Amino acid sequence: MYPYIPNTQEDEKRMLEAIGANSIDDLFSDIPENIRLKRELNLNSSMSETEVSKDMIKLSQENKSINELTCFLGAGAYDHYIPSIVGHIISKSEFYTSYTPYQPEVSQGTLQYVFEYQTLMCNLTGMDVSNASLYDGGTAIAEAAFMASNITRRDQIVISKTVNPQAREVLKTYGHLQGLEIVEIKDEDGVTNLDELRNNVTDKTAAVIVQSPNFFGIIEDLKSIEEIAHSQKKTLFVTSVDPISLGILRAPGSLGADVVVGEGQSLGIPLSFGGPYLGFIAVNKRHMRKLPGRIVGQTLDKDDKRSYVLTLQAREQHIRREKATSNICSNQGINTLAAAVYLTTLGKKGLREVALQATQKAHYAFKEITKSGKYKPLFDKPFFKEFVVTSDVPVDDINKKLIDERILGGYSLERFYPQYKNAILYAVTEKRTKGEIDKLSSVLEGIK
Amino acid sequence: MKVAKDLYYTNDHEWLKVDGDEAYIGLSDFAQDSLGDIVYVELPEVDDEFDKDDAFSAVESVKAASDVFMPVDGKITEINEDLLDSPELLNEDSYENWIIKIEISDKSQLDDLMSSDEYEKFLDEEV
Amino acid sequence: MREYNKLIFELSRPGRRAYSLPENDVQEVRIEELIPAEYLNDDELNLPEVSEVDIVRHYTNLANKNFGVDTGFYPLGSCTMKYNPKVNEDMANLDGFKNIHPRQPEETVQGALKLMYELDEALCEISGMDKVTLQPAAGAHGELTGLTLIRAYHEDRGDTKRTKIIVPDSAHGTNPASAMMAGFDVIEIKSTEEGLVDLESLKAALSDEVAGLMLTNPNTLGLFEKEIKEIADLVHEAGGLLYYDGANANAILGQVRPGDMGFDVMHFNLHKTFSTPHGGGGPGSGPVAVKKILIDFLPTPVIGKDGQRYYLNYDIPKTVGRMKDFYGHFGIMVRAYAYILSMGSDGLNKVSEMAVLNANYLAHRLKDHYSLPDDAIYKHEFVMAGLKSELSEITTLDVAKRLLDYGYHPPTVYFPLIVHEAMMTEPTESESKETLDEFADVLIEIAQEAKEKPENLKEAPHDTPVRRLDETLAARKPVLKYEG
Repeated sequence: MYPYIPNTQEDEKRMLEAIGANSIDDLFSDIPENIRLKRELNLNSSMSETEVSKDMIKLSQENKSINELTCFLGAGAYDHYIPSIVGHIISKSEFYTSYTPYQPEVSQGTLQYVFEYQTLMCNLTGMDVSNASLYDGGTAIAEAAFMASNITRRDQIVISKTVNPQAREVLKTYGHLQGLEIVEIKDEDGVTNLDELRNNVTDKTAAVIVQSPNFFGIIEDLKSIEEIAHSQKKTLFVTSVDPISLGILRAPGSLGADVVVGEGQSLGIPLSFGGPYLGFIAVNKRHMRKLPGRIVGQTLDKDDKRSYVLTLQAREQHIRREKATSNICSNQGINTLAAAVYLTTLGKKGLREVALQATQKAHYAFKEITKSGKYKPLFDKPFFKEFVVTSDVPVDDINKKLIDERILGGYSLERFYPQYKNAILYAVTEKRTKGEIDKLSSVLEGIK
Repeated sequence: MKVAKDLYYTNDHEWLKVDGDEAYIGLSDFAQDSLGDIVYVELPEVDDEFDKDDAFSAVESVKAASDVFMPVDGKITEINEDLLDSPELLNEDSYENWIIKIEISDKSQLDDLMSSDEYEKFLDEEV
Repeated sequence: MREYNKLIFELSRPGRRAYSLPENDVQEVRIEELIPAEYLNDDELNLPEVSEVDIVRHYTNLANKNFGVDTGFYPLGSCTMKYNPKVNEDMANLDGFKNIHPRQPEETVQGALKLMYELDEALCEISGMDKVTLQPAAGAHGELTGLTLIRAYHEDRGDTKRTKIIVPDSAHGTNPASAMMAGFDVIEIKSTEEGLVDLESLKAALSDEVAGLMLTNPNTLGLFEKEIKEIADLVHEAGGLLYYDGANANAILGQVRPGDMGFDVMHFNLHKTFSTPHGGGGPGSGPVAVKKILIDFLPTPVIGKDGQRYYLNYDIPKTVGRMKDFYGHFGIMVRAYAYILSMGSDGLNKVSEMAVLNANYLAHRLKDHYSLPDDAIYKHEFVMAGLKSELSEITTLDVAKRLLDYGYHPPTVYFPLIVHEAMMTEPTESESKETLDEFADVLIEIAQEAKEKPENLKEAPHDTPVRRLDETLAARKPVLKYEG
């Protein structure tokens, strides 16, 4: 017997009798003999819960968590504080063991939290309509590009090299499928080169995509970029944004963005070695019918009670099949609940406080690390919670020494930006203390 | 099912009404009825050009969506913007409420379309 | 239970808070001195102000309005709503799995990489394939990944005229949508009367413009495509590749393998077959397994092993690139890995046996009352074409809504499209004979009620937190956020 399979041998026998089969094997007689697997799978034999736990705890201990290492690593995934309440709410099994709310009468819990999530994301980004999530920040950019191409019937996407390189890789892979031409705009002093951008935005451009704060942590001049993007009729202005930064920075919606996308991991979702995270996308009303993915809307039930339901479904794969706006079906589900609970918990004042502390601590760390001159700032631009320094020491050597001191060092830019030799991107969240920052700078100072 | 007289019809249940060199195009009563409550009509832009059989619009109900195809080649001269806010107009009277007006590129293509009588017969026999 | 119908925004009161952050212990500098004022927002954030207890009660009340597998029987066809073992959740929440950064040095995440490597190997063994990418986020994303690989394969051979993908009319909606997204045109082929791939239609559709065929086996009718070998040979002879949609893989665990059926590439849904929770719509995980001919095209990174050391391998000669950020939904992989360890080869075998027995038993119990073929052998699911007696006014929707009153989640309704009034029912191995009997009794009672008191069905559900919703209103006048 197995704990997750309730039928007993007696049940099996009676059920087989009822359907007139002699054995379980009869039920597989429709599978041609020549392709059937005539041996057991070459896997372990079933194990007890104790054994499974023991093995997996051991395996987990072969990793060093951010509770063992003080994390100054970011580059798209961040060690922000996750309030206890988030884990408790998302662990309610009425939420996490349900599926897509196809039967709204018994799914009001899911539908309402998605509606609340959509509202929170709209309010945060300054946009009119948010969907119920995409996979992650990278695929959100790719979906935004497809959407822009679809709306404008153009196939050129202009994207800044200051956008997370990983997201640009996703865009290239996706873009190839639809024959999109991806034009990358070079970075200069850590921001998008506006002259080059201006020269490349033409009447063939479907979208201009930038990220702010960008991959180097620097705040882009979105106002000027918006003007360039919208100098062409129809071209969409797409910005990718760290939602935490919106605690202090102007909302992209107020700066003329047509589409706002981003990675929502910072909103109460654990690092979990890269996933599952939370892609978000929000647009202005004009484009809501072209949004990919699910959307929840408010309506009334038979008794005129306020209620929620999946809506605008004619955009989606299960109805439109090959003409759908996207193939997405499963999305990030429970992680939208985590984000909603996080944003509600932090609320009006708390999100601002998180953003302020992250900014101030990052600037303090920047000042401390660059004080002696051993580590030099790579750029001279306003930044949020991440910054780049360079030195004469290879990044890997630095990070090895930091690990010895139980510090998770920054991200080496060289792989994606070979021109920035020995450049390290540090991230400092509100979780870091003065003591931890001082230790980082003193260990760094001592590295030869 | 109502079939309005003196219109041209297609197999895909569009109708076309000639008005000089121009024509109104809409959905037949049969089409609106099979879709059910129409919740959205996607419209092209004025000056867009389409070939015969190109999809120029999509009509959505809650659980279905259907493309609307050009009966003949043409260039859009007008769109019925009332449909954007009140898609239900198509359910109410799909002949009164046209979707687009076009400039017909090649009038000879009209010969390939069905007359009202032929369309009625088509509905009886084929559908 | 008192009725609860508030939005979190309506609980907000100025000055309430649910967060607690430590005092800022670095020297405080005015934000305007760090960031130019033109970049800063001047408005107060439009977010709620509530206390922690407000939030807990709010979401607890919302949870009470939800139906999950933990609430009751959830026979949603093709979604494999099996039980989500609790130990899986505990494992995913271990500090060493939950709190590791994706860009940590590899030597500090050897346990995670090992887990992924072993999951890759296990999925290869289960599927009869040669290598896996764990990157895809969900089933549909797996399809897109697989089709991207198929495209790369043909492009690499200079065979650029292959622009079409064949999809049977019984396929999941994601199949044609994924094919379109991957830049292919879709050729839909009709099924036979019985609901299987029609070989003649397939032959007619095949040409040197066909890149591949997407197939679910067992298909969405719960039927095994017996002629799969012939199908595979035909497609391969025509120069195409075969994609296996693994949504229905629960039926075949340990019995037959897509690799042995002749498929070249496939996805698994870890959130279906391998018991990870559906999470109200996600996150899922859709690993893609390939035969040798496609390994060189896999998205990077894949997980490599060098002696005792595990690493992220970015060195794939003809890689298609990257399908998503980082390495996939690791948190979901941990759960699936725990499940495979728990069940083992013997347990997985038992899973498919019991999933199939349950489906056949339930179909047998219902076939006098609901429209079902007489003599089919089902795999994991079966599709009823509505009520057996032709009562024109009672639809599948009415039956589904009435089931809610009895505390059951209805089957998938109106899918597959090729079955009129379809109710696609997948009991999974998690259910006992008693549960199936009780469910069958209720469905039979509803069939009786359809004759005697049809208005009861038309008005259903009666006892749910809300009643039938006005979906037309929602779509015509969209209200997609709270505006106060």
